[in-house]
Amino acid sequence: MILDSDSSLAAVAPAATCETLVELKNVSFGYTKARQILSGIDLVVPRGKLVAVMGGSGCGKTTILRLLCAQIRATSGEVLVNGQSVAAMDHDQMYAHRRKLGMLFQFGALFTDQTVFENIAFPMREHTELPEEIIHDLVLMKLNAVGLRGAAKLKPSELSGGMARRVALARTIALDPQIALYDEPFAGLDPISLSVVGQLIRRLNDALGMTSILVTHDIVESLKIVDYIYFIAEGKVVAHGDVESIKASSDPFVRQFVDGQPDGPVHFHYPAKALAEDFA
Amino acid sequence: MNSVTRILTNLGASVTGGIARLGFAARFLIAVLRLSGTTFARPQLLLREIYQAGVLSLIIILMSGLFIGMVLALQGYETLVRYGATESMGMLVALALVRELGPVVSALLFASRAGSAITAEIGLMKTTEQLAAMEVMAVDPIARVVAPRFWGGIISLPLLAALFSMLGIYGGYLVAVRLIGVDSGAYWGQMSAAVDWRYDVLNGVIKSVVFAVAISLIAVFEGYDATPTAEGVSAATTRTVVTSALAILALDFVLTVLMFRGGGG
Repeated sequence: MILDSDSSLAAVAPAATCETLVELKNVSFGYTKARQILSGIDLVVPRGKLVAVMGGSGCGKTTILRLLCAQIRATSGEVLVNGQSVAAMDHDQMYAHRRKLGMLFQFGALFTDQTVFENIAFPMREHTELPEEIIHDLVLMKLNAVGLRGAAKLKPSELSGGMARRVALARTIALDPQIALYDEPFAGLDPISLSVVGQLIRRLNDALGMTSILVTHDIVESLKIVDYIYFIAEGKVVAHGDVESIKASSDPFVRQFVDGQPDGPVHFHYPAKALAEDFA
Repeated sequence: MNSVTRILTNLGASVTGGIARLGFAARFLIAVLRLSGTTFARPQLLLREIYQAGVLSLIIILMSGLFIGMVLALQGYETLVRYGATESMGMLVALALVRELGPVVSALLFASRAGSAITAEIGLMKTTEQLAAMEVMAVDPIARVVAPRFWGGIISLPLLAALFSMLGIYGGYLVAVRLIGVDSGAYWGQMSAAVDWRYDVLNGVIKSVVFAVAISLIAVFEGYDATPTAEGVSAATTRTVVTSALAILALDFVLTVLMFRGGGG
């Protein structure tokens, strides 16, 4: 079933049938009053599900992830994780909350002064008392999962963009987080890696009982692996639904996005004067 | 009238902005001190930063110390020979280095070499979201990244300043005794008689510790507060060198007044 932004989420969103883990209630956020990034977003992520958040560049997708990590606070509305308001958390609660998260950053954010191995071992060494032998084995297992066991001794500067993304993915799941947040995990990946990473995200979600939120532009890959999709435009949820309903949708926004059409509800060009005026 | 208003508005904004930044720097220092436990609980973090800031600055510090000591001896000879006091060469070189040039020049070099590197490293970590990644991993970047660099700088600079003075004194010896022919016994004897352990050496060490705190704080703060762009990191690095240099010279004047205004020890 597909909905537009005016429909009642509560009646049909996944939360209706499953336990809700993450919920955004009428959330707005802006760096200034004049520049609102999110305007009254409602979004529900049930426990154990893999949910995609899609939309054009600059529509506020990454901002949603940053709100969930408590890196920024909503200007209005509520961000709830496990029923607890992120904005109401004190310092200790916020750090406890973050220990349950794993986040893949858009550009990897690997520690450039450390090797690939040390990058994956970092959260284990910081948050566990595991002996080095165990950490060694765990790190190699994580790297094996992303196909980069042989790159353990390399520095991030020696990796291609796609390899760095896969290492960042391995670091994201290093501590088997309760909630995994992926910011553009498919960007820069070759077709083989893209498929492998997509399947890996799905398998990890199911095998480890994680709940995942995937921010991406890659509609083709997303439709293969996710349970539910939210479309965001101009800071609002404009459509959402499960994979089948998205595929069958005739909603102009969804069709434009799924079919990659240049014209539609989303404009390709940033607002500007008429072409003739600029070239006069 | 409009332009006057604009000038006053800009002036007011820059003054209040400066005060706000100073306040942020003070809160930042408190946070660094509060979160320094990790640095000392995990010595490998501190050792890495001492290596980065201290060991990698050795060449420039040692070479500068040697040449400055040699130049001091040459210039000193030109003056002392007029008064027939060339035996005081050792005293002149040692006092100039231990009291003044050792702490000040090594601090200026340290700010340029290590301070700028610390700012650039932290600024780039911010730009490439490495600090944000740490925060999301529930690791405080002030405890894990900033505090070790802060303390690494504080420990390294006084040691570098001591080495600078030692090499300077040896450089002075090479020129005064080996090149010019001043008596070796007079060079070392005058030096040991004139240089007071507490009044000269300890005050020099105190100066270098104060400079180390100032440089380390400026370097880590500018990196942490850098605008996360290439231009932002570049500007922050420049600010570290300029602000550190001015802070060193201003603090040196204040400390010299406090320490040496009463005359010889």
